[in-house]
Amino acid sequence: MKTPRVTANRIDEYLSSGKRFDGRKLNEFREISIETGISKKAEGSARVRIGKTEVLVGIKMDVAAPYPDSPNKGNLMVTSELLPLSSSRFESGPPKFPAIELGRLIDRAIRESKFVDFEKLCIKEGEKVWSIFVDIYSINADGNLVDAAGIGALAALKTAKFPKYDEETGKVIYDEHTDVSVPLSKEIPIVTTIYKIGKSLIVDPTQEEEDACEARVVIGGTAEGTIFSMQKGDAKEISIEEMNKVLELSKESKKNVFSKIEKFLK
Amino acid sequence: MNKMTEGMERKIVIPGELIVAGEEYLPGEGTEKNGSEIVALRYGLAEESNHLVKVIALSGVYQPRIGNVVIGKVENITFYGWVISIDAADDAFLPLQEVPKYVSKEGLSEVLDIGDMVVAKIIGVNTRGIDLTIKSRGLERIDDGLVIKINPNKVPRVIGKEGSMINLIKDNSGCNITVGQNGLIWILGKNIEDELLVKKVINFITEKSFISGLTEEVEEWFKNEKGGNK
Repeated sequence: MKTPRVTANRIDEYLSSGKRFDGRKLNEFREISIETGISKKAEGSARVRIGKTEVLVGIKMDVAAPYPDSPNKGNLMVTSELLPLSSSRFESGPPKFPAIELGRLIDRAIRESKFVDFEKLCIKEGEKVWSIFVDIYSINADGNLVDAAGIGALAALKTAKFPKYDEETGKVIYDEHTDVSVPLSKEIPIVTTIYKIGKSLIVDPTQEEEDACEARVVIGGTAEGTIFSMQKGDAKEISIEEMNKVLELSKESKKNVFSKIEKFLK
Repeated sequence: MNKMTEGMERKIVIPGELIVAGEEYLPGEGTEKNGSEIVALRYGLAEESNHLVKVIALSGVYQPRIGNVVIGKVENITFYGWVISIDAADDAFLPLQEVPKYVSKEGLSEVLDIGDMVVAKIIGVNTRGIDLTIKSRGLERIDDGLVIKINPNKVPRVIGKEGSMINLIKDNSGCNITVGQNGLIWILGKNIEDELLVKKVINFITEKSFISGLTEEVEEWFKNEKGGNK
């Protein structure tokens, strides 16, 4: 059941006095933990926990034809599945709006940042390129899936190794992995979301807080402040002054997140 | 198959697990008879008394029963009443005549609007659905406070034997607490800190629901919490 309105009012009231239900500050994240290499079959994988929220991210690679408008560039495909086991709100079946949105948010941040060097994924121009599939699965949904998925995608891409490719037969040998990592740039796109509840702006909400939120801005960018992608969600408006605060808070939280995940990205 | 001793041993079973075999046993709540075997239908604690075998569920959604006080959310307004979600498999219905005052057909949303929370009592469970009433003491719309959700199977632990646990929490926090059998709990205190203290202790109880002597443990918890604050 979604957080009732009475509870949401209480959350808002408490936030106005600068406090959150779980005792965190408004700009404070829950504990982030990352495990990489959790899947033997995937080319790269990661499990990310933010508080009780947990996501799995896997990378699979295949050789395919490039898109006609980018004959010398590899392909990227980010999909997400919100599994019914992770929350009573998710049903099995074709992906619905939240799952599609999650995939696209992460996709856009990675693509626009040029984090993956797509030109190096080209095998033969116009004919064969590597395709990277990033699959996101929610294991437990307790708010802020987007940020968790973003961190997971980075960690999984970082650890991903190319499978062997047989040039003659044109087949990918998945049983054997090479030592070659996915070509990545230094521009690391960190996805953080700023949520607005009443007049307060917070990061990393729990499910309870996420239900109470009236607007959110998802921003993909580096810890230095470069912004690659941005999307506003939910019904309420955000004023210009608030937007400046959002950008400030977003930069601050990106630095914060980066310092926590830095060691997994080296 | 080891025979279970009268009302003593409780063991954890999973759906499909054989609890006990023998023609003399009768299947109770959460069990099924398969030939001469009694098989569990729910995940929970199996117990047997007077040859009646039943499973006390440890997980799963709330099963509505007549007489239960529940907390629900208004999902829709019809011409004759309100559709209320009580976090069970089906939505419940609160008819117009079960409200303690006269309501005109235009004034339904003034009594209860969509999204409002309400404490109600189940007066009927049948094939047509679940019927509710708010014509009794303590049944009302929730205007203020905090509503939280816990696993409905842990409600008995939160209430305690003859309300011992809930009274302990009320005494220590000074909050008014209404526990719905469907796992929704309404907390109303003088300030938010008190309400959050209750939320915290209820989470503590649900996490430790399996241990015995929980009331003493909670008493201790309150002592520590108060000592730490000062």
